[in-house]
Amino acid sequence: MNLELLERYGPRMLDGLSVTAMLVVASLFFGALFSLPVVLARVEGGRFLRAIAGAYIQFFRGTPILAQLFLVYYGAGQFRVGLEEAGLWWLFRDAWFCALLAFTLNTAAYQAQILSGAIANVPRGQWEAARSLGLHTPAIYWRVVLPQALMVALRPYGNEVVLMIKASAVASVVTVFDLMGVTRLAFSRSFDFEVYFWAAGLYLLLTEGVRLVWGAMERRLTRHLAPAGAREMGGAPTAAARTPVTAAGEGRR
Amino acid sequence: MGDVIGLLAFGSAGWSDELLAGAAVTIALALATLPFSLGLGLAVALLKRSDRKLSAAVGHAYTTVFRGLPELLTLLMIYYGAPLVVQAILKAVGVGARVEPNAFFAGVLALSLVSAAFTSEVFLSAFNGISRGQWEGAYALGLNRRRTLGLVILPQLVRLSLPGLSNSWLVLLKDTSLVSIIALEDLLRATNLAVGATKQPFLFYTSACCLYLMMTGASALVLRRIETRAERPYIRSPA
Repeated sequence: MNLELLERYGPRMLDGLSVTAMLVVASLFFGALFSLPVVLARVEGGRFLRAIAGAYIQFFRGTPILAQLFLVYYGAGQFRVGLEEAGLWWLFRDAWFCALLAFTLNTAAYQAQILSGAIANVPRGQWEAARSLGLHTPAIYWRVVLPQALMVALRPYGNEVVLMIKASAVASVVTVFDLMGVTRLAFSRSFDFEVYFWAAGLYLLLTEGVRLVWGAMERRLTRHLAPAGAREMGGAPTAAARTPVTAAGEGRR
Repeated sequence: MGDVIGLLAFGSAGWSDELLAGAAVTIALALATLPFSLGLGLAVALLKRSDRKLSAAVGHAYTTVFRGLPELLTLLMIYYGAPLVVQAILKAVGVGARVEPNAFFAGVLALSLVSAAFTSEVFLSAFNGISRGQWEGAYALGLNRRRTLGLVILPQLVRLSLPGLSNSWLVLLKDTSLVSIIALEDLLRATNLAVGATKQPFLFYTSACCLYLMMTGASALVLRRIETRAERPYIRSPA
């Protein structure tokens, strides 16, 4: 370990790590918000809205995220006059904001695909039963469909978080000093290959950490769906089904 | 409007031939990576299924590392690191040559390593989809382990892993865009050059995205046909 190098670039790499984390969390959050109207258009919309939502998802899932980032960051420059008139140029001049916008649009497409797939997976009978109980559409979504769909979507959502962390490294190409950006800077100045190993360690810590935490969360949230044997060792499944409260309370062993 | 047509024309005035040449490099890179990704992926899947604890641990460690690192980081580490390793080896055998990084080689190597982490997971779950009876039946017929794998298991494995492998191919095709950063003249790099010369970023990046869409779309169509074909023997004819 080169301690001098660590002293020099270690703190900056930690700053880069927090830039990466901020960028990813913000993109995932805004992406989740923006995916909702897309899903709504896809599931409930007419032919026109469905086609638009489908084209949006197709475009952002079918092209590289690096090309999308270039399209936003450099492409905005072509509309500089218009953006200046609209008072938005200061935003599009900022690489961090452009990365946030590109990543948000990208992850919204993937999240919309995940959520609409999960909603389509909820059996028809659930809809029909909810409707025959007289629930109105928002209540059907909120009380019946979404709780089941989100369970199915949990694992793909976790994958999307990890994918976003990894994909965020391309922000370094448009001069954002995220973890990858700081690493490239440190390497170009010191020519010490060690910095790449530090970055690799930090990224692995981040992605594996998310994977572990997400896995634990998933097991906790879906414990009522686990096979009866996993809850009551050797217990009869019928008994477990009859006493769901105590069974759920015992947790997985 | 006339400008746009002129810029996208073929020949010395337009940029279409440059973009298409870049797209050809993108496709060549992805195709060159594919066999390594499949071979290495299958090898890692076999490691992970191994009864020996050490082999299984190596397989899992491989997946954890290359699935957890950003593709860009892997690519840069290979691009800058591989020449250092080769130089060290050459020095050890007494040759003091300076090795320059090669972008295409680094691209194929890095993309193979990353892609194999994902295809190995695909193969692993496909292995789990094949019932024990297939292995036992083959052993009962007197086939040894190697022939069982080659003649009985692999043909079924191909069908079961096709959907996952299709997905891996589409991811690989998009990941090739990262090599533009190490100055390999793929589609995205050709687009960067066109933008530098014409100052029309929006037009050219949109064109590049459309070309990528055509490549991923065409791949998806072809792969779906292959999947349907592979499923054909398993679909019961209507009585």
